[in-house]
Amino acid sequence: MRQVMTGNYASAYGAKLSRAEVIAAYPITPQTSIVEKLAEFVTSGELNAKYIPVESEHSAMAACIAAETAGARTYTATSSHGLTLMHEVLMWASGARLPIVMTNVSRAMAPPWSVWVDHMDSVAQRDTGWLQFFCQSNQEVLDTIIMAYKVCESRKVMLPAMIIEDAFILSHTSEPVDVPDQHVVDSFLPPYAPELKIEVGKARGFGSLVKPDQYMEFRYKDMLAMREARDRLLAVEKEFKNVFGRSHGGLLEQYMCDDADVVLVTAGSVAATAKDVVDALRAKGSRVGLARIRAFRPFPHEELRALGSKVEGMAVLDRSFTFGAAGAMFSEAKASLYSCQKRPVMKNYIAGLGGRDITPKILGKIFEDIAVMARRGVEEEVEWVDVAGLPRRWR
Amino acid sequence: MTKSHEELPLTPISDTPSTVNITGLWRVVRPVVDKEKCKKCTICWKFCPDAAIKLVDGIPVIDLDYCKGCGICAFECPSKCIIMVKEGEQ
Repeated sequence: MRQVMTGNYASAYGAKLSRAEVIAAYPITPQTSIVEKLAEFVTSGELNAKYIPVESEHSAMAACIAAETAGARTYTATSSHGLTLMHEVLMWASGARLPIVMTNVSRAMAPPWSVWVDHMDSVAQRDTGWLQFFCQSNQEVLDTIIMAYKVCESRKVMLPAMIIEDAFILSHTSEPVDVPDQHVVDSFLPPYAPELKIEVGKARGFGSLVKPDQYMEFRYKDMLAMREARDRLLAVEKEFKNVFGRSHGGLLEQYMCDDADVVLVTAGSVAATAKDVVDALRAKGSRVGLARIRAFRPFPHEELRALGSKVEGMAVLDRSFTFGAAGAMFSEAKASLYSCQKRPVMKNYIAGLGGRDITPKILGKIFEDIAVMARRGVEEEVEWVDVAGLPRRWR
Repeated sequence: MTKSHEELPLTPISDTPSTVNITGLWRVVRPVVDKEKCKKCTICWKFCPDAAIKLVDGIPVIDLDYCKGCGICAFECPSKCIIMVKEGEQ
C-alpha cells in the first residue's frame, strides 16, 4: 500500500516488515523517530520483538551482538556521534560474522556542532567490515533493509549491513512509499536460521583467542565473505525486482551513462538532484550522465572500471572529506581505474558538508568544469565547492 | 598445526571453557599462606582478580593452576600472613 512517510518511518517499516526480533536502541537526532516508531510497533503488538532501551550506542550494538549470537534477527539505528561511539563493537559484529542490519542517518561530525547531513560518520566506518548502502529515496531505504537481511544472512556472507539515510533530506522529508504486504515480504525473506549460535546446555566460547598461526585464515574468510556479498546483492536485487517490481541499481546505479562523455559519480540523496541536472543538460545537447555509488562496501570496482573506460571525464563528488587526502570515494574510484587501459580525466569535488545545499546550479557547474578538464587536463585535483573566501563563485 | 581457511568455522568458536588455559604457568612468584597468623577475614579472597583463592574453613587455599602471582592478596592482607616467594625457592 502506498503511504506518505519520512525516511525514518521507512526505516522503521523496513525493520518491522523484516520481522526484527530484537531491537536495542539509543535515541539521537535525527535518528530518534525511527526507534520511537519501532517502540510504538512493539507496544501496540504490531511487531513481536524484544525492545531493549540501552544507555549508549556502544551498548545498543553490544546488545544486538549478543541477541544475534543467540540466533535472533536484530535491528538498530543511530547517527553521527552515536555511530562513531559504536566503532569498537562494529568490528566485533563483522568479525563474529553476525548479519545485524542498522540504519545510520548520516550526519556531520562535530565540532563544529551540526545535526545536518554529510557522510563523514559513515565513511569513517568504512573499514569495520560492514556492508554500506547509501540510499537516494525513502523507498530505497525501506527496500534496502529487507534486501540487506537477505544478502547478509546468506550462508556465504554472514556480515552486518549499514543502511545510510541522509539526515533531514531523507530522514525528515515525506515521500510516497510503497509498503509491501507482510506475507509477500515473508515469502521473500525467510526467518533467520544461523548455523552457529549460543545454545542452552552446550558450553562454547565465542570470539576465542586465535594465535598468529591461525589469525590470517579467519581474516581471509572475512574477505571472501565481502566478495561474495557483491554477487549476492546482485542476485537478491534481481529476485526483489521479480517479487516487488522495482530495484535500485545494484552496487552502482547508472543514469544516462551509456553514451555519456562526462559523468558525475556521487552517493546519497544528491544523486536525485543530479539526475534532474542531467536531464536539463541533455535537453541542451550535452552528453552527461550520473553514476550513484549505492554500495560503498563492497565497492563497485568492476562497474566503475567499465564506466571509466568509456567516458572522457569523471567528476567524483564526496559529501565528506578525509584529513590529509582526497575524498574517500574519489580515492577509491581513482584507484579502481588506475589499471584500466583507457582512463578518464578525474577530479574530486568536496561539497555539501554539514548540510550545505548542493543546488542544481552547483551541480551544473561541476558538469561544466569536468567537461573543460576532460579537454584540458586537471589543474587542481581536489576542489572544495561553494566555500566563502575561495575565488570560484558557485552560486 | 595450522588449518586451511576452508577447514575453519566462520568465526573462532571453542567447545571447551577457558578454564583449560592453565594461566598459573605465567607465575614467577607464588603466595605462601601462614595459616597460624590468618584471621579468616577473607579480604584476600575478595581481592583476588583471578578467583584463584578458595576458602577452606575460612583460610585461603591458593589454586596454583590459575594464580598468576600478582601479589594483590599479600599486599591487601592486614595481618601479613601471605608472603610472595620466588618460584623454585622454598
